[in-house]
Amino acid sequence: MSIRLDNIAKHFGNTQALEPISLDINEGELVGLLGPSGSGKTTLLRIIAGLENADRTAQPGKILFGERDVTHVHVRDRRIGFVFQNYALFRHMSVYDNVAFGLTVLSRKHRPSSGEIRARVYRLLEMVKLESFANRYPAQLSGGQQQRVSLARALAVEPEVLLLDEPFGALDAKVRQELRRWLRHLHDELNFTSVFVTHDQEEALELSDRVVVMSNGRIEQIDTPDALYRSPANRFVFEFLGDVNHLEGKVNNAVLTCGDAHLHVDLPDGHEELLLRPHEVRLTQAPTAESHLPVTITAISPVGAEVRVELEADWLAQPWLATVRHTDFEHLELQRGQRLYAHPRHWRRFPESVSKAPEQRHVA
Amino acid sequence: MSQFALRRSGSTRVLPGFGLSMGISVLFISLVLLLPITGLFGQLAGLSLAEYWAIITEGRVVASYMVTIGAAAVAALVNAVFGLLLAWVLVRYEFPGKRLLDALMDLPFALPTAVAGITLATLYAGSGWMGSWLEAIGINVAYTWVGIALAMAFTSIPFVVRTVQPVLEDMPVEVDEAAMSLGATDGVAFRRVIMPHLWPALVTGTGLAFVRSLGEFGAIIFIAGNMPYETEITALMIFVKLQEYDYAGASAIASVVLFVSLALLLAINIWQGRFVRRLHGGNA
Repeated sequence: MSIRLDNIAKHFGNTQALEPISLDINEGELVGLLGPSGSGKTTLLRIIAGLENADRTAQPGKILFGERDVTHVHVRDRRIGFVFQNYALFRHMSVYDNVAFGLTVLSRKHRPSSGEIRARVYRLLEMVKLESFANRYPAQLSGGQQQRVSLARALAVEPEVLLLDEPFGALDAKVRQELRRWLRHLHDELNFTSVFVTHDQEEALELSDRVVVMSNGRIEQIDTPDALYRSPANRFVFEFLGDVNHLEGKVNNAVLTCGDAHLHVDLPDGHEELLLRPHEVRLTQAPTAESHLPVTITAISPVGAEVRVELEADWLAQPWLATVRHTDFEHLELQRGQRLYAHPRHWRRFPESVSKAPEQRHVA
Repeated sequence: MSQFALRRSGSTRVLPGFGLSMGISVLFISLVLLLPITGLFGQLAGLSLAEYWAIITEGRVVASYMVTIGAAAVAALVNAVFGLLLAWVLVRYEFPGKRLLDALMDLPFALPTAVAGITLATLYAGSGWMGSWLEAIGINVAYTWVGIALAMAFTSIPFVVRTVQPVLEDMPVEVDEAAMSLGATDGVAFRRVIMPHLWPALVTGTGLAFVRSLGEFGAIIFIAGNMPYETEITALMIFVKLQEYDYAGASAIASVVLFVSLALLLAINIWQGRFVRRLHGGNA
């Protein structure tokens, strides 16, 4: 079931939670709404669900599920599954009764027989690997298990659209990783359309077919994770998607100067700010003709596939972060307090006017 | 015993003041609660079992039980419905004057019951504001059991509101939303999701309101009319015995009220404990 949002806006009191937004989500897609808190992502999700109504303005917004106009359809008739951040399980009901709820509240005409309900609930519990927990109460389950129950409960009514509000936000990192993979698997298997909200860029990039980056009630960019990471539409998206190092200075005769640091850049004269990712910083023992950026190592954390190195210098307002491969790390014999030279492999600049496409340059 | 054993084995409590605060609590309970109850039983000691039985089963007294229990039951049920509604309104909606309404809920606690009684009696007497209006459509409130129930409902409504309110506040709105997203109608969501949560608190509040009504005196006697076998409440019977300097008789009737109240409160507590254990992960 595809979802089409047309000119959807929302305000609470005097605050504009959502600027008029239009968004198309294809059938079978898994879309992540990513943004900092207060960006309007949860409001947007709740409007899709029907838990919140969009503003009725002069040009009223429209929500379509496939061909069906659901703008004024109550949440209970939208045929969606909604998974809440805090699970919102019915605490006085067993796991079985929680999952069966959506089926038992159907009108007598549409309700499956009790045997069929039983079979369906057990099939769902098997799918979320909780079949042996059917008679437990939610308080007897861990957070990850509760979230799986809540997913099974939402899926019991066979929704065409599954909406998840920060589904893994309250879980610890390992369980989160596991559930993420599992949700992706489930999505591919059952082929419903899913929209989920997250503030975790890693989660959004890993899980989504497409990511909608939001800030201040606006959509900043809609793209595949790959495209989003490689060509961010603006500075906000670039900064939100990962760690960023800033280099600010004056350009004169194609040389950017900042204190005792200077870098050869192919830019017209004037004030410039360059942005680069930690993995775009190379460290060497000596400066080159192209760049002279003296830095001091203040912290080293050899965690994961790469070594994270924190760099400081008089000419830097904020410390830089560089990631170095373990082999390079050993080769350079990096130590805290060591003085080195940084070389940007690649940088970007986002001129103030938003309409202009960002510029990217490679440095030799 | 166990904490003495603990202390001897060298581990001490982190929270200070257990001995002192526990001691004062026990002393206070003894003076304020246990001593008067013991006194009550002391009075009873002067009666033989046959005399005791004769006093508590006297026709006029038995009639007063009927009136009291009947009116208290009606008052408690009315309060259960309206108390729940008030708590719902106070928790779930925002409206001007909400704080004022919330504060008004405690008025029956704060107001001297005699003041309430006199006010209700003048209001609902045949010549009163409400009374004359109700009499026109054939309903007599003052000097009937309806008036008794009304006075009881007035004095005990805060019990229901104040026990249900915090439980309702504690219940996340997402739970309603989840029920509705699963297709439940408002009625089904209320019956199957909200009510089971509120049920223990509502029963407790209603039980407390009922027990409070059993013992209410001041608010009722002005509006009850106090006709023997018709509108006499048990508390009045105790008062009458006292006026006749029949302390043993008064104590005998009082002990019946005490036993009924205690038994009811105990039953509610046990029942509720079971429910709460289920919500918090124990074995129900």
